[in-house]
This record gives sequence, C-alpha cells and structure tokens, in this order.
Amino acid sequence: MIRHLLSAADLDAGTATMVLDTAAEMAALADREVKKLPTLRGRTVVNLFYEDSTRTRISFEAAAKRLSADVINFSAKGSSVSKGESLKDTALTLQAMGADAVVIRHSASGAPHRLANWIDGTVVNAGDGTHEHPTQALLDAYTMRSRLGRLAGLNVAIVGDVLHSRVARSNVLLLHTLGAKVTLIAPPTLLPVGVDAWPAETSYHLDSVLPDADVVMMLRVQRERMDQAYFPSAREYSRRYGLDVARMRRLPEHAIVMHPGPMNRGMEITPEVADSPRSTIVEQVANGVSVRMAVLYLLLGGKA
Amino acid sequence: MTTYVIKGARILGGQKKDLLIRDGVVAEIGTGLSAAGAQVVDADGLVALPGLVDLHTHLREPGREDAETVETGSRSAALGGYTAVCAMANTSPVADTAGVVEQVWRLGREAGLVDVQPIGAVTVGLAGEQLAELGAMADSAARVRIFSDDGNCVADPRLMRRALEYVKAFDGVVAQHAEEPRLTSGAQMHEGEVAARLGMTGWPAVAEESIIARDVLLAEHVGARLHVCHVSTAGSVEILRWAKGRGIRVTAEVTPHHLLLTDERATSYDPVFKVNPPLRTATDVAALRAALVEGVIDIVATDHAPHAVEDKECEWAYARPGMLGLETALSIVLDVVGDELGWDGIAERMSRTPARIAGLTGHGLEPAAGAPANLTLVDPAARWTVDPAGLASRSRNTPYAAMTLPGRVVATFLHGEPTVLDGKAVK
Ligand SMILES: [Zn+2]
Repeated sequence: MIRHLLSAADLDAGTATMVLDTAAEMAALADREVKKLPTLRGRTVVNLFYEDSTRTRISFEAAAKRLSADVINFSAKGSSVSKGESLKDTALTLQAMGADAVVIRHSASGAPHRLANWIDGTVVNAGDGTHEHPTQALLDAYTMRSRLGRLAGLNVAIVGDVLHSRVARSNVLLLHTLGAKVTLIAPPTLLPVGVDAWPAETSYHLDSVLPDADVVMMLRVQRERMDQAYFPSAREYSRRYGLDVARMRRLPEHAIVMHPGPMNRGMEITPEVADSPRSTIVEQVANGVSVRMAVLYLLLGGKA
Repeated sequence: MTTYVIKGARILGGQKKDLLIRDGVVAEIGTGLSAAGAQVVDADGLVALPGLVDLHTHLREPGREDAETVETGSRSAALGGYTAVCAMANTSPVADTAGVVEQVWRLGREAGLVDVQPIGAVTVGLAGEQLAELGAMADSAARVRIFSDDGNCVADPRLMRRALEYVKAFDGVVAQHAEEPRLTSGAQMHEGEVAARLGMTGWPAVAEESIIARDVLLAEHVGARLHVCHVSTAGSVEILRWAKGRGIRVTAEVTPHHLLLTDERATSYDPVFKVNPPLRTATDVAALRAALVEGVIDIVATDHAPHAVEDKECEWAYARPGMLGLETALSIVLDVVGDELGWDGIAERMSRTPARIAGLTGHGLEPAAGAPANLTLVDPAARWTVDPAGLASRSRNTPYAAMTLPGRVVATFLHGEPTVLDGKAVK
C-alpha cells in the first residue's frame, strides 16, 4: 500500500479499486447496529484544517472515529496556527504528539507534499488550493459505480471552473486510471493553459456533450470570478454553462447529476436539478464517510 | 602592498604564462618571472579570466541582514570569481536616494572583497509612481549609472519612457524587470502544462514579452539605452533579435538558473525552485542557451537572491522568489555552454560586456601589462559538489544542492590583492 494520499495519481487501477471495494464493505457496516470497527484503536488521526470546510472535516472525523482512532482536530482558528506558526513547526509538533496520520486541508497547492517531507506519519490530502482533492474523486467514483454499476467506459462530463478546481484535477486523474472517458466543459477562460496534456477531452459547449453523458458533474463557480473577467456576468455564465431542467432533459435516461458541494444554487445548477432523482448530491456526502474510512484503513492498516 | 607572481596561468585558456602583480596592476606578463619578496601563486594549468562582473545581485543590506549582508554577499561573489557586483535597489529602505546608495557603496568598500556598485531605484520606493532622484544618485560618491526597480516592473509606459530619456543626461541605463503586473497577479510559476497539473497560478511568457516589446520601442523612440533583466522565454529572444537588428540600443541578461533548470522542478513543491521570472520550459532553456552563444543575449547575470530559511521552508505560495547564484554561476555556464562559448566567450559574457554596460572601467579588462589586476583563476578540470551549508552566503537557498558541477575558482584578485586563494576566501 502507498504511504500517503497526496494526489489521485498516487493510485493505480488496482489500488483505487481496492479502496472502492473496501469502501463498499465499510458502507455495509454503517447499516449494522454497532457501527464501529476496532481497526485503528490506539492510533491518532489529526485533522489539520487551514481552510474552513466543516463538511470535509466532519466526514474525515466520522470516518476515523468509526475505525476507533483517536481524533484530534487542529483547526486554524483558535490554535497556534492562527498566531503565525509555520507549517513546518506545526508538523514538528504533530510529529512529537505521535500522529499516525495527518489529514490536511490547505489553501496553498502542494502544502500536503511539503508536510509529507516533515513528518513520519501518513499524510492525506483533504484538498490543497487549486491542486487536488483525491478523496473527493474517490467518493465520486464510488458514487458513479454504485449508481451505474461500472466506471470503465463511462462518459463523464465535468462542467465549470476547471481552472481553479481541485475536484476536477483529481477526478480527471482517477477516472482516467479507472477507464472512464472525461470531457471538461467550460468557457475557455476557465480551462487552464496546458489542459491539452490532461487525459481528457475539452469542449466549450455543454449542450453538445449532454446527449452522450452518463455522468454530469457540476463544479462550483464563484461569482467573484466575474470581477477577474473570467466571464461577463453570472447570468451569462448560467445561461451558457448552468444545468437547468431543460438541459437535464437532453441527458440519457440513466444519466446522473453530481456536485461536490457546496452548491451555488441558481448559478451552476438550478434547485430543480439539484433536488431531482438524478441528483446524487446527498449520496455523495454519505459515501464520503465510507470512502474516507477505506482510505484511512488501508493507509494505516498495514502499519498496525 | 604585496607583490605576487602567478606561475603558469593560461590567460583565456592560451599558453602558460607568469603574471607579476604589483601595486594593483599587472606589471608584467612573461615566462620565468620572479621578483624579490614576491609571493608565488602556483597556477599551473589554471585559466586566468578577467574578474567576473555581475550586473544583478541582491545583497539585502540594508534591511534583511539575516538573509545576506554586503560582506557575506561580497565573499560569495569573490568565491565565484567576481571582482565587481551591481547591488540591486530593492533593499529596506529602498536605494532610491543618494544616502542609501552611498551607504551600500561604503559597506562594499569596507568589506573589500569585491567592488560593489550600487544600482539606484527608478521610482520612489519602487512604487512605480514617481521618479526617484536619479541625478542625485548619479552625482553621489556611488556614481550610479544603472537604475532598476527590479522585483517590480516599471509598468507605466509613460514613466518608463521618461526614465529612459532622463538618464541619458549621465549616460545611465534603465534595467527593466519585464513583467506586466496585470498578467501575473497571484502568479506562482510558469503558465503551462506543469502549472496546470500542479494547480498553481501561471506566470505567462507574454507578461515578459509584451513589456520587452514595448520597452525596445520606447528606447528606440527616445534614443536611449535599455537593459533587460533575466530574460526567460524563447519569445523574448525573438523580440531582442528583432530590436538589435533594427539598431535599438538594448542589452539583455540571462541567469544561470534559466539556462539550466525547467518548470518541471516545481513538481516537488519545494520553493527553492520558486523564482521570478519563473523557471520555464525545456524549449525556452534551449533558446536562451542559443541566444547567449549567438550574442542576442549579451551577458550572464546571477540574480543572486538570498532568502532566510523561514522564507523558503514553507508552502510554495508563501515562499519568496529567488535563488542563490554567485558561487555557482561560472560552473553552470561552463556546464551548459562552456564548449560553445570557449574561454574568450565566457570572459565576454561574464566580465567584459557587463563591465561595459555598468560603466565599470577598471573591470572587464584582459590580464595584460598595465591593466588593473582584477582577475580570477579557474581550474577547468575540477568538479565539485554543491553543499548548501558550505556556501559563503548567509542563506542556503541554492537550487543546485548535491549537483556536481565543472570548474572551480581557485583564486580571485581584486586591485592586485587576493580575495580568494586555494579556493578559500582570504577574509
Ligand atoms: Zn527581477
């Protein structure tokens, strides 16, 4: 097993499939009376969150606790982190505390890579800047597999602010590894220069992609991007790239609609679509816990 | 003053000769030279070059003496074979008055390891709004001739035009850090495939190229001299070639790191590879090497940029840009274009031409009878491995750690006295 999960590229097809299979076992466990496993008893998992993300932190916390790990939440607010302690000094502190795993969320791309140089324990990237969010990609893949029965050969459309999206980067890498075909749809301003090297197709036109899509994943688009001239107005963005009921009807019958959250309802997705039966948004949250349990179990299990 | 006899040195790689050094000048060149009481320096097989001249050095004093001082930077320079360095103005306070440039100049004299020629800021506080008192700096004891807001671009075209025009009065030159700031907001590294993969905000090549294109046209329009700092892209080379072909008075520098390293280094997220302008692609590196050999790029300048440990041992986005360069520059140049340039070409790109651009008349001169004894002796056969802790700089941010490089500076003479002997600084 790999030691850290910093990028979705750390996972080959076999390892990724093992994570998804393990997550399925963890999900079955959630239906039982006693939801806890003793697997990580006596192990310490630190949630080191430099960015507010209650949703992701709670998901990792629940995952670690269901595996009986000791969980320490180390958030930027109200700790030495906010007093300007460097990441390296924090890392040395966590090292001294005997952290077996550090789950890190950070606004700077690559912060988990830096952390992995400074501590002996396992580092799990819970989202770094505009780089990656590998457990999100795993839970998305898990959700697609649960709903559609497979990943190989699926047509997955990822729509929106690809340039700034860590979810998009991790999904492209993981879905490619698992044999799905990814198309990125965005205005040209929100696709990175250099996207041609990614294992994905690109398109500027949502309507032409929808009829062949098995999955449509809508990315969050911040209205403030308008001020940096990425698009003229929120309204024009919604008109060209938002998913509304009319567009949803262009999808094949079986196709699903995903969103990593938090949503800008009315911007990239209309409430009717978000709340429709095609939407997996609530499932994604539940699957997040199972997938993160699998990740912690597999990364830490080998060292018990 | 001590008299020295340097035995068996090959001037620019030529035949072995002895050099008699007395009273700050090369008194005689010949064979079998000796002089009563002279100290003999065994230079058998070493190559003698005119002392190197760096047009782009950050010495950090005043303001960040924890990262570098004029003295420690001067020592680094001497060990790298330099006898003169031009100290950039982005200190704290900024070198935008006669008082600050004279302070830096005086600190250089006191250290006595290299001639420190201060560069003056173009605008007050490097803010890009109002011209600094360029004439007062030119008339000061520091005799400033190069003006630069380096670190920042003089982005306002009207201000740039005026600066280029104004310094003609004292044969000055504006050294431009070419970076259109509206195109590099939040930029972390070269905009391209690697940045896209790493999720880092890109610094597009066009942000450099558009400023160079504008500035050469401005220089032409007002008949002024322009120097372009740290050229980093293949497109910039094309613009410079065009401008020179038109007879525009533009000179340009390239750094050792842009001649060797690419943006792939950022994959480690180790900010020791963070620099401004950023490391570019292999295509750019190849174009820069060819341009240096061809002469479209005139000189190598280090952009030696020391940074304290805490400014590099952190997240990439929070790290300061810049790399050490003085102690490794000659070896990098030998490594990447040594064969194409030859020793004469290296002397041209690293000593004569930078001395001419800077107006340093005592530097960049061939070791010849009567010439000021500013020279360096290089062992061309030696190879050495870069150890950050072994560098004389106060900082450790070299991107070449653990690399084995060719060529080693054995001795450096400044005004007839050694600053380096046996590869070690004498003080
Ligand atoms: Zn610069």
